[in-house]
This record gives sequence, structure tokens and C-alpha cells, in this order.
Amino acid sequence: MAAAPETAGSSKGGGLIGWIDQRFPLTKLWKDQVSEYYAPKNFNFWYYFGSLALLILVNQLVTGIFLTMNYKPSSAEAFSSVEYIMRDVDWGWLIRYLHSTGASAFFIVVYLHMFRALLYGSHRKPRELLWIFGCLIFLLLMAEGFMGYVLPWGNMSYWGAQVIVSLFGSLPVVGQSLVEWIRGDYYIADATLNRFFALHVAALPLALIFLVIAHLMALHEVGSNNPDGIEIHDHKGADGHPLDGIPFHPYYTVKDLVGVAGFLVIFCAVIFFAPTFGGLFLESPNFEPANALQTPPHIAPVWYFTPFYAMLRAVPSFAGTQVWGVLVMGASIVVLFFVPWLDRSPVKSIRYRGPIYKVMLTIFVLSFISLGLCGLKPPSGIYPTLAKICTVLYFAFFLLMPWYTKFDSVKPVPERVTGHD
Amino acid sequence: MIKRSLLIAMALLAGGMAVADEEGGIALQSAGTDIKNTESLQRGARDFMNYCSGCHSLKYLRYNRMAVDLEIPESELAANLMFTGDKSFDTINSAMPKDSEVWFGKQPPDLSLIARARGTDYLYSYMKGFYVDKTRPWGVNNLYLPSAAMPDVLAQLHGLQKPVFKNMPDEQGSARMVLVGVESMTPGAMKPEEYDQFVRDIVNFLDYAGEPVKDKRQSMGVFVILFLLVFFVFAYLLKKEYWKDVH
Repeated sequence: MAAAPETAGSSKGGGLIGWIDQRFPLTKLWKDQVSEYYAPKNFNFWYYFGSLALLILVNQLVTGIFLTMNYKPSSAEAFSSVEYIMRDVDWGWLIRYLHSTGASAFFIVVYLHMFRALLYGSHRKPRELLWIFGCLIFLLLMAEGFMGYVLPWGNMSYWGAQVIVSLFGSLPVVGQSLVEWIRGDYYIADATLNRFFALHVAALPLALIFLVIAHLMALHEVGSNNPDGIEIHDHKGADGHPLDGIPFHPYYTVKDLVGVAGFLVIFCAVIFFAPTFGGLFLESPNFEPANALQTPPHIAPVWYFTPFYAMLRAVPSFAGTQVWGVLVMGASIVVLFFVPWLDRSPVKSIRYRGPIYKVMLTIFVLSFISLGLCGLKPPSGIYPTLAKICTVLYFAFFLLMPWYTKFDSVKPVPERVTGHD
Repeated sequence: MIKRSLLIAMALLAGGMAVADEEGGIALQSAGTDIKNTESLQRGARDFMNYCSGCHSLKYLRYNRMAVDLEIPESELAANLMFTGDKSFDTINSAMPKDSEVWFGKQPPDLSLIARARGTDYLYSYMKGFYVDKTRPWGVNNLYLPSAAMPDVLAQLHGLQKPVFKNMPDEQGSARMVLVGVESMTPGAMKPEEYDQFVRDIVNFLDYAGEPVKDKRQSMGVFVILFLLVFFVFAYLLKKEYWKDVH
């Protein structure tokens, strides 16, 4: 028998790692992706949210696995099994609160992560695909959040599902059959709960993990953007590494650790002292079991969907159909995918953009928050009007972008990044 | 026979009107409960078992869990708090038969999670909000849950209350009587302060029953946050140390 191919491993170390490296690119992966992945040194506060999103994803996967061990996906048992977890399973309450609070935290972090991209032009060439993967993750996250909210089978789970699934019914021709196909029954029932469970714990998490990996691969292929919106790879030192770059490990691993600690302080404060967060993270009617005969006094989706829900309600029915609201709501997500091409500014970062973009971004953020508020409140008083105005402003930010970014003034962009924390 | 059919008719009427209207517009009274007050919880448990558990179950709360959390000795638990025949690891079920819907128009709801669903202030206000209303099947209505299906089972304790109306003219200026509160009509076995405390204890107990781990969760949370703050400081110092050579 021939000797092991020592020559191939000559450049590799000995020991266990060496043994693995001859068979699997462990050290190479670590170097390429972490210890020799050069990231700009000037990341600021807004750059914590990517790693935090990853942390929450892991939290959701791990706590989700443990919840699955005791949860029963049947309309007869689901509600009771959640209470069983809360009361009789060792640390079940903590596992469940980690998961339910994690869902809201996921959206907070992802919204801030997306806002960062709009601040510093992180979606611009060559990072368009990176942005598109991100948008797909956001879309899947919404599906994941929605289906997860149905699982406890509380009354808000039930009626929330009823309202959201019925939306598809407004589509012409196929609408009603589509709704039946989604529900698997003529109303929200056991079959619906079963399939939502399957999608929530298997299909969607798998797709999410795949997309997160693609998101990270795309990021590491093109390199990270930074608050100055310039490419650090344009200026390399004699060693071939960017002059303004620092290895992700140890510099950003230790820095992100600070972000993680700060995040956990807030996250745990919610878990231990306000897990329902005043009815926003866990809505009060959801402590009553699903009841097909009694609607909650006011049906509102969980807070992270309310901006989109407000847009849905803001659009009046026209030509005898409600479908326009559904289309507008869909468009509000679809338009995100086109941002890299809608933005025509010669610069990426808001630091070197003119006043128009700053004003537009501010209006956009305010209208998004206002929409969220409108979606939480019953459609009376000033809220319907406010929702209509904010829907227009939301779309104006995107659809007028090709013009205002082009005509906006710009400041000179520096050659090298400016300072760091 | 006549009596029975009358009862059924009344119950059906109650059922038709059992629909709750949460947004009645009358401000709730503050319950002022404290789940760290074990004595209040013990009194609440006792009073719940005596006055409420005949009709309302706590199907997610186990007797022995309650005994441990509320520091009630096992002997006392069996002697005073448990239904005959129940085991200490059983959950608290009511004596109400399944067909009680016929009596009240709806099954008296399980109260395990009522404090989480409705809030403690609501429960406190509700139990103080009954007033005499001859148009209702049980002769009473509730300020905070109009057309409540529940009879005023605690009337003997707090006495009867009558509604207080106020003339609030509508836009056209015509008189409109609006229900704004209740006032005592006949005294009950308890003084008003005693009854308030009685209700507060029960609501406190229901708050506990809604999430038995609540007290432990909050006390534990203090240490978790303290640990994380210390961890934050060390993480920050570590970052500063590593970043010394980044210029």
C-alpha cells in the first residue's frame, strides 16, 4: 500500500488540524472567511446588526428545536401544549420567551440592518445580489414570522391567520381556490395548523439558512461596504491586503462581542421583565384559545407587520374589488428588490450625498414608523388619512429615487476611509 | 318544570347577550396587586377555591405547584383547598358540569390565563362593577362587561350596587343618559375596604395563576442583567485592548 500523500500536506501543519486539512479545507475556510477576511476598519454602530441577526437566527433555531419537542401541532392540543411548555417543562418558559422575543428582535435588527444599507449605499454595485439575497431573507422571515404566530393557536393567531390568508382570496379568478389550497380546508383549521407547522419548522428555516449562507458568500466575495461608501480594495499595501482593512478575526469578533453583550442586556430585560412587551410581542387576545365564533375586539397583526398591514387598509376598494390593497402591499416589498437600480447617485454613502436624499430618507423612516402605528390602531380618527399619506410617501421614496438621487448635490468622496470608533 | 324552562329561557337570553364589549369607555380601576406578596396570594387562593372554583376551573395550574409557590403546607392544601378525590398533582378543575352552558348561556370560562388575556385592572374593576339591572336574567349587569352572563355571586359580600347615570346631551342637545359608575345601595357583609382587599387578593392570585413563574422570572432577571452588564464591560475592555493597534 502506498504511503499517504505527504507531499500534498507538506504546506499544512501536523496534528489533528493537519490531518483534517489534508482532507477538508478547514484552515483554508477559517482563513478565507474569518481570520484573513479583511473588513474596513471604520464600521460604526450600524454595522452591529448583521452579526446580531445571525445570533438571533441561531437563537431561533436552537430554542425552536426545544419547543418542537413539547409542542403539539393539532388544533385540539396546540394551545394547551404551549401552556404545558410554559408551566411544566423545565425552563420551558425561558425557551418560549427566548423564541417569542427573538422573533420581534429579529425584525428590529433586520429593519436596522436594512436601514444601514440605505444610509451607506450598501446595495450599490457590486453588491446588488447581496442586497437581493437580503430582501429574499426578509421575505422569508415575514412568512416564518406569520406562520410561527399561528402555532400557539390563540384567538389572535386564529383571526390573524384568517385575515391574512383571506387576502389571497381577493385575487381575481384564482383567489378562492388559492385560499382553499393554502388553508387545506374551507376555514382555518387543523389542516392549516399542521402545514404551517411543517413550513415553520422545516421548509422555511432550511431556505433561510441557505439564503443566509448565500448572503454571506456574496458579502465575502465583494467585500464589505463601509460608512464612507468607498472600496477599500482600491488601496492595497505591499502585503496585498487593503490598507484600510483589518482581519475580521480578531478585530470584529471582539467588537461584535461588545454588540452582542449590549444587545443581550436589552433582549434579556424584555424576556425577564416584559416578555409580552405591553401586548406588542405577545398580544393579549392570544392568551385565549382560538375561537372560530368570537373575534378579538380588535384584530391587529404583530407589530412587525403593521406598516404593511396599514398600507393594505389604506388603499380603498375600486371597481368592486379589494385586490388593490393587496397589490400595493405586495409592491411595497417587491420595490425593495429594485433599490440598487433606482439609486442613481454618483456616491454611495449618505455622508457625501446632498440634502435631498437626507430629507427623503428621513421622510421615509417617519412614514414607515407612522404606518406601523396606523396598522396597530383601529382604522378611525386620523389614522386612515395618515396611513394614506404615509403609503404615498413610502412609495415616493422609492419611485422618485432615480430622479432625486441624480439631481441631488454631492460632496467630494475621500480616497481613504475616515477614522474609526 | 316551569321553573326549569324559565331557567333555560333566561340562560338562552344570557347567551345571546354574552357578547363582551371591552371598549365600554369607562376607565378601569387600578388593581394594585403584588405577586411578591405571598400572604395576599394565599388569601386569594383560599377565596378563589371558596367562591370561584365551583364554576371556574384553573385547568393549567396544578395544586402542588400552587402549594410550593405559595408556601402552603401539603396537609393544609389537601384539607382546605382541594376538591375531594383530586390528587395533589392534578390541575384545578371546577365542579361545573359540561352542560352548564344551558344555565348561563356560556360555559363559565377557565381562568388560568384570564389575567394575561384581560389584565389585572380589568379583573379588579369587573368584580367591583356589578349593579342591579332588572332587565338582565340574573338581575345584575356589569359596568365593565355590559350584558355579562355571570350572576353577581359576591353580592352577599359587597351588598347591592345601583347604576349612576349622568345626562350627557348629544350633538343635537337632547338629553342622553350615560352610565358612568355604580354606588352602594345596601351594605354587604364586608366593609368596602375589606371587599377591595378581598378582590385584590383574588386578582393577585389569578395573576399568579396566569404565569406561575412570573415572580421567579423577575427575581432571576435582576441577576441575568447584572451579569450581562459585567460581561459588557469586559467585552468592551477586550475590544479596546485588541483595537489599540488599529490606526
